[in-house]
Amino acid sequence: MAIREIALPGNRATDVSFVDRLHRLVVTVDHKKLGLMYIGTALVFLVVAGLMAVAIRLQLAIPVNTFLGPDVFNRFFTMHGTSMVFLVGMPIIAGLGNYLVPLMIGTRDMAFPRLNAFGYWMFLFGGLLLYFSYLGAPGLAGHGSAPDVGWFAYAPLTGRAFSRGNSTDYWILSLLLTSVGSTVSAINVIVTTITLRCPGMKLMRMPLLVWLMLVTNFMILLALPGLSGAQIMLLIDRYLGGHFFDTQAGGSAVIWQHFFWIFGHPEVYILMIPAFGSLSEIVPVFSRKPIFGYPIMVGATVMIGLISVSVWAHHMFSVGMTSVGNTFFAISTFLVAIPTGIKIFNWLGTMYGGRIRFELPMLFCIAFLFQFLIAGLTGVMLAVVPFNWQLTDSYFVVAHFHYTLVGAFLFGMFAAFYYWYPKAVGRLLDRRLGLWHFWLFVIGFHVTFDTMHFSGLLGMPRRIFTYDGGRGWETLNFVTTVGAVFQAVAVLLFAINVVRSAKRGKLAGNDPWDAWTLEWTTTSPPPVYNFEDVPIVRSRRPLWDLKHPEDPDWKYEESEN
Amino acid sequence: MINEASLPLALEAPEWKLPSSRKVAVVCLVLTETCLFSIFVAAYLFYVGKSLTGPSPREVLELPVLSTICLLSSSITIVFAEGAFKKERKRLFQLLWLLTLVLAAVFLTMTAIEWHRLIYEKGLTISTNLFGTTFYSLVGLHASHVIVGLCLLLLVLIFSLTGSLAQMHRERIQMISWYWHFVDAVWVIVFTVVYVIGR
Amino acid sequence: MKPLWLVYIKFADGVTNIFSPLSQPAQEIKESSILVLAVCGVIFIVVAGLLLYAIVRFRHRAGDEVSEPPQVYGSNQIELAWTILPLLIVLVLIMVTSRTIADIQNRKPPPTAVHATVIGHQWWWEIRYPEFGIVTANELHVPASDGHGSRPTFLKLQSADVAHSFWVPQLAGKTDLIPNRENLMWIEPTKPGVYRGNCAEYCGTQHARMLIRVVVHPQDEFERWVKQQQESASADTNAPKGRTVFFANSCVNCHTIRGTSAQGKFGPDLTHLMSRETLAAGAAPNTPDSLRQWIRDPQKSKVGCLMPNMQLTDDQVDQVVAYLQTLK
Repeated sequence: MAIREIALPGNRATDVSFVDRLHRLVVTVDHKKLGLMYIGTALVFLVVAGLMAVAIRLQLAIPVNTFLGPDVFNRFFTMHGTSMVFLVGMPIIAGLGNYLVPLMIGTRDMAFPRLNAFGYWMFLFGGLLLYFSYLGAPGLAGHGSAPDVGWFAYAPLTGRAFSRGNSTDYWILSLLLTSVGSTVSAINVIVTTITLRCPGMKLMRMPLLVWLMLVTNFMILLALPGLSGAQIMLLIDRYLGGHFFDTQAGGSAVIWQHFFWIFGHPEVYILMIPAFGSLSEIVPVFSRKPIFGYPIMVGATVMIGLISVSVWAHHMFSVGMTSVGNTFFAISTFLVAIPTGIKIFNWLGTMYGGRIRFELPMLFCIAFLFQFLIAGLTGVMLAVVPFNWQLTDSYFVVAHFHYTLVGAFLFGMFAAFYYWYPKAVGRLLDRRLGLWHFWLFVIGFHVTFDTMHFSGLLGMPRRIFTYDGGRGWETLNFVTTVGAVFQAVAVLLFAINVVRSAKRGKLAGNDPWDAWTLEWTTTSPPPVYNFEDVPIVRSRRPLWDLKHPEDPDWKYEESEN
Repeated sequence: MINEASLPLALEAPEWKLPSSRKVAVVCLVLTETCLFSIFVAAYLFYVGKSLTGPSPREVLELPVLSTICLLSSSITIVFAEGAFKKERKRLFQLLWLLTLVLAAVFLTMTAIEWHRLIYEKGLTISTNLFGTTFYSLVGLHASHVIVGLCLLLLVLIFSLTGSLAQMHRERIQMISWYWHFVDAVWVIVFTVVYVIGR
Repeated sequence: MKPLWLVYIKFADGVTNIFSPLSQPAQEIKESSILVLAVCGVIFIVVAGLLLYAIVRFRHRAGDEVSEPPQVYGSNQIELAWTILPLLIVLVLIMVTSRTIADIQNRKPPPTAVHATVIGHQWWWEIRYPEFGIVTANELHVPASDGHGSRPTFLKLQSADVAHSFWVPQLAGKTDLIPNRENLMWIEPTKPGVYRGNCAEYCGTQHARMLIRVVVHPQDEFERWVKQQQESASADTNAPKGRTVFFANSCVNCHTIRGTSAQGKFGPDLTHLMSRETLAAGAAPNTPDSLRQWIRDPQKSKVGCLMPNMQLTDDQVDQVVAYLQTLK
């Protein structure tokens, strides 16, 4: 058919030279290309930061190890954390949003395509600047290298006196750049969602991923200034003799922590909410039922967004706040757990009574649900302030946040990749390789991070480059390291799958999963203009209505009002 | 699985009016900048009275009455300028727009003069004490936003004088004026925090 | 000769399990934690169980009819139920949490309390007992609250440089040491022994080797320790050459040896160096060999530490070590 032929995937390799293709990438303003560029670049950083994690684990596998010295180790954990949050997590959600939102709301591109490109390049340059620190930071005096102050860079360790050379400056400047990228991307997604929806797509008819992208991007606008503001203040301290965090001049080290976590806590929800959104798209399709409680899912996410700006000092329970302060933040943290739990229950409700198909996206979602449940519960434990006094800054916390960021976020992103890769590329990812990836990763994840909780319970603090024997930590650390190797292999298999399936995967067609939202009406990959005719919708699942005219959604939705 | 050519569902398009992209974008920008200023305001308030040495606000600060009047008036002149633009009264628009620009420039000049006085006569710099650090940071952050606004205003003036401005640019001019109102509103806050509360 | 108390005290297991507390407030923390663990455990079993059930019961089976299952969109009653129930659980948790916070944070020191100030440095602990006139380093000695009555130790926590954190898991939760801020905490151990801990706030290169030892004495033994520490440095003249080397070099600029002209405040107090188990905040055992290695080149023992290599000859090093060995 005519439409199909125009939209054949990619350029035939014989037609266009490599330089030409590179040029097209450099000048593109197409949201689909930029979305894939975001994700592709993020995956490269994932591999680099992941290798750092493997190195860290090798150093900690046995006590008093000399594989990495303290300087190299301290840089590794700083770069690992900073990269994973800012150069992997944030660009993945930016890429997912930029790719999918226009397709899901029935429009041709983002509201500001050139701004979109600007955002990507700011992110890339910021990331490269951070890694340039290995070369550039020694400066003339030979001090410094990559930043080694931890990803949250507590004052006054980051002051001129304690952080010599320019390593901390690279940390600040590279993140200021990436924050500009994140901010403009956020504005773009919000504007697109509010102003470019196709006719009939009221806010309460948008796919949940779009809703959740909206919430996450508002949170980016609110939270990122906390970090950028604090970083500007730190620059003023380091270069203009300012005293924001200069304790010798009466400044406060704690105020850095407040500002950082005012950003830092919403940041982790900023990362998680798109994963929630992916789940809310994938679980229904593979359970063959609509999402249970769509309005509640929207409301719960908005509540999470609102409450999450009031919990930040639960990262600071050991700082010496008053009992009133500690109690307040404990309460707000408990409260944010409630809408989060509701979301888990709703996914459960979606699966209940369904006909579950265990395709790869669904497998990753199921693992997500178990793992996010555990992560949420360890989070509740950490909110119990006295318990927190033992657990904070220990490997229990490291286990908790890796449970959320790897066990939930990364698993959710893998689910999204397996689900939408066929749409973007036109071919399915190989199922067999995918199953190897899944099982190796699940096993490796649990071997590493289940064990890690116990190191924390036995008193192992975080960010230590070595430890003495006789503390009861040796076996646990060794086992933790073994799991890391499994995970590395699994991710390698995934990378191979992504590359191989691009040319050799099974052709996907428009709608390989029998799904219900607008992106599945286009060809795979979609034509550059997305939709030949602007769609008009009447319900949350336009394709369900088309496929099931005897039982359309709009009948139910109109009775809802 | 599905017949590609089926969409749209042969529905009649409903009444469908969504907000303007530019307006939503500027609102988002204002939102995020408000958060940025809030951080600096929070730091300022936190450190009130905590300087270990050096000149205190009471000793050195004088109420910037004239510059404030200038800046806030520029919000009024810009509204009139927009009105003139809508009525296609080109010269009046250019005059009022220039007036806005001049008022902004006066504000910046007077700020620079005040800073010169503080640095050279009163010995207050950004590194003198906590007051110096937080004062110059907060007021400086605001001033940088005024400078950006000034550049935008200048750009529009140049476009108008060279005959490149038309009615189709009305919304863009309105967006610049929204940004300008935001900058003025921030000054009200900064003024209150620094010159009223902080003293 | 080994100090007497080290003979009596049984070394606590090096394993610092937060669920084997031997002191308040660690004990009270454990009790509230067990309750929370139980609640979370039950929630996990119920929800994970339901998940497992759903996966098994509602999986697509090969012989299934082609048509889709009934499309259920939601249920307000169910949503209400699974909002109210967590809310109630949260209420219980809030009550447990706030009560434990109050118990621990609001305790006032009784008249029998020992008061000590701990000052964090990169990468060692300065410990001062203002009431006794003692300054020591890296080992905190406290009395046990045994048959002689309750004698908690109240600590003031300060920092000389960056943020640190005091964590001895079997005694109490962590409290940070932050410059320009004084934090308070207390411990009340009941069993004599040596309790190990770590700095728990990343403070730079050697954060990993900023270890803590809390030595808990029976109360009468603690009094003896205090008296011994209050004495000025031994006037033992067995190592005159080493003494000369020490006082001729800039060692005195950083270190204090009470009763001598060495009054430096930058490094650990050495008056009773030989009464400590370890050197360099647990980085090395306190033996002549490791002491020799330390003085010869501190950077080899603890790279990045702030003690410079004094460029002493081997002979000078031996002499200084001999002198330091007299500081019992």
